[in-house]
Amino acid sequence: MSSPKANLEILPRGVQIALGLGLVALLAFPWVGTDFYTQMVTRMLIMAIFAMSLDLLQGVTGLVSLGHAAYFGLAGYALAFLMPQDAAVSLWWTLPVAVLASALAALIIGFFVVRTHGIYFIMVTMAFAQMVFFLFFDNKILGGSDGLYINFKPSAQVFGFTLFDLENKITFYYVTLVLALLVYVFLRRLLWSPLGRALSGIRINEHRMKAMGFGTFGYKLTAFTIAGGLAGLAGYLWGAQSGFVNPELMGFHMSAHAIMMVILGGMGNFAGAFVGAFTFEYVLHVLKDLPTLQMFGKDINLGKHWQLWMGTFIVLVVIFAPRGLMGLAERFLQKREYPKGNSK
Amino acid sequence: MTALSTDLLLSAKNLTKHFGGLAAVNDVSIDLFKGQIHAVIGPNGAGKSTLTNLVSGDLTLTSGSIQLNGHDVTGWSAEKISKQGLGRSFQKTNVFLPLSVWDNVRLAAQSRDSQQPWNPLSWFKNTQNAINSIAAQATNMPASEIIKLCKLENRMHAIAGTISHGEQRQLEIAMTLATQPRVLLLDEPLAGMGVAEAERMIELLHTLKKNHAMLLVEHDMDAVFALADKLTVMVNGQVIASDNPSKVRADAKVQAAYLGEEEHV
Repeated sequence: MSSPKANLEILPRGVQIALGLGLVALLAFPWVGTDFYTQMVTRMLIMAIFAMSLDLLQGVTGLVSLGHAAYFGLAGYALAFLMPQDAAVSLWWTLPVAVLASALAALIIGFFVVRTHGIYFIMVTMAFAQMVFFLFFDNKILGGSDGLYINFKPSAQVFGFTLFDLENKITFYYVTLVLALLVYVFLRRLLWSPLGRALSGIRINEHRMKAMGFGTFGYKLTAFTIAGGLAGLAGYLWGAQSGFVNPELMGFHMSAHAIMMVILGGMGNFAGAFVGAFTFEYVLHVLKDLPTLQMFGKDINLGKHWQLWMGTFIVLVVIFAPRGLMGLAERFLQKREYPKGNSK
Repeated sequence: MTALSTDLLLSAKNLTKHFGGLAAVNDVSIDLFKGQIHAVIGPNGAGKSTLTNLVSGDLTLTSGSIQLNGHDVTGWSAEKISKQGLGRSFQKTNVFLPLSVWDNVRLAAQSRDSQQPWNPLSWFKNTQNAINSIAAQATNMPASEIIKLCKLENRMHAIAGTISHGEQRQLEIAMTLATQPRVLLLDEPLAGMGVAEAERMIELLHTLKKNHAMLLVEHDMDAVFALADKLTVMVNGQVIASDNPSKVRADAKVQAAYLGEEEHV
């Protein structure tokens, strides 16, 4: 008998099949989609990595970080600094360096913030992210408010032989897809490891975890660091794909978007974050393209006010699907079995 | 029934805790020996739970000292004290409600793992294997046996939030045992239990006494007199009597302060 778990950690068969079909669609997409849409889905995959990294904190450990974009942006900037003006730099060492830079920043900032709880954690993560934001925003050497250009895609040469060419948009798509899947598999595995079990315990009842002898600080700091590193992976890809970085990447809005993606998809199982990122980015695309209407003798550009519609959309999802789209999918795809003899 | 000094597992001396001007616990000393149940009783607000929280490290001492298994653990955090071999249960049921009974106990057992969250090898470990290797150590009791001992084998896969209050109390004890403690602090394990459930719990505590030193905070007088080898009575944060149960029962001060009142109710 399957038993319901917190946060849909065990994905029901119906949801698994739906996700499998989604994967097939992703694998086939560049063959049917235009260049524009292939790039858009690449962007969605990158945001999916970012959202999954946040889900490790928000959905699994119960730490709501309002400053997660800082680690996303830092790795993008790392790539921008490492990329010369006139030649492509190697992927093989810049990617690890950028990811480690984000992880290191998360380790240092995490050392201070994971001591706090609840609302204080939210505020302190945001404060640190704002510090990073203004550090880059106000320093001309760091690119200032305009940001920096990344003129080339990182090169994937091994001993003079090019394994794959990231300048090719379809290649970039598949590399991103593989990385997103690796991150998903890694995090799912982590969820069931002793570390993941302890992180779930901390979310549910940290006080009891301490009473049982768990050094919760070390667990939370590890989660914060891993999440920072994975956000860095996403940020690196973002920088490589778009060819520029600016302080907005580390901004408050970016962090808030990631939180919305995780909530939208359903927390704590990573599949939800993945689906949430895709949905959020797609809805964003649709809303920004809304037409301009002639009303009351004025031109009203609906697309310009996309935040208003997005807010409405998120509110509706939270009200009607409190466990996100994954919870909704589960309800439609599988009748849930509850253990017999409920006394409450 | 005198215990050998080698069986002295926990020795708390002159524990004091002030909350502002209030001395919630005032100069209380308690020794716990293996094979003995030391019960603490007293009216509400006497400082029994505060005493438990001081010994477990959940609250910091204003003054006093605690020796556990030959280590000075004064001022240690709750998690370090737990690792040193002290297990506590909570007065208010404090289990992981969304997890199954089995997962609750297993998580508690996992606390005896090497706990290296920062080690990448541990990110890929199988949790069940880790638990099995802990259980394989000679001195440890496997989680499945603990569940049987606590009479929860039929509820193993039920979600903790859906089982009865009495079963949650049993689970509370099972989780405490899964951390392989030598000293047990049990804060009102019988609270809110039915008669049959209470009898089962008393039987369980009897079984556990053999291999553990136990501090039992309890309101149920029948249980206390059935179980306790030593009885301490607290009133207003102070110990007014501490001796074997029959002598305490005869103590005039105790009768006036506590037991007498109860009879008139």
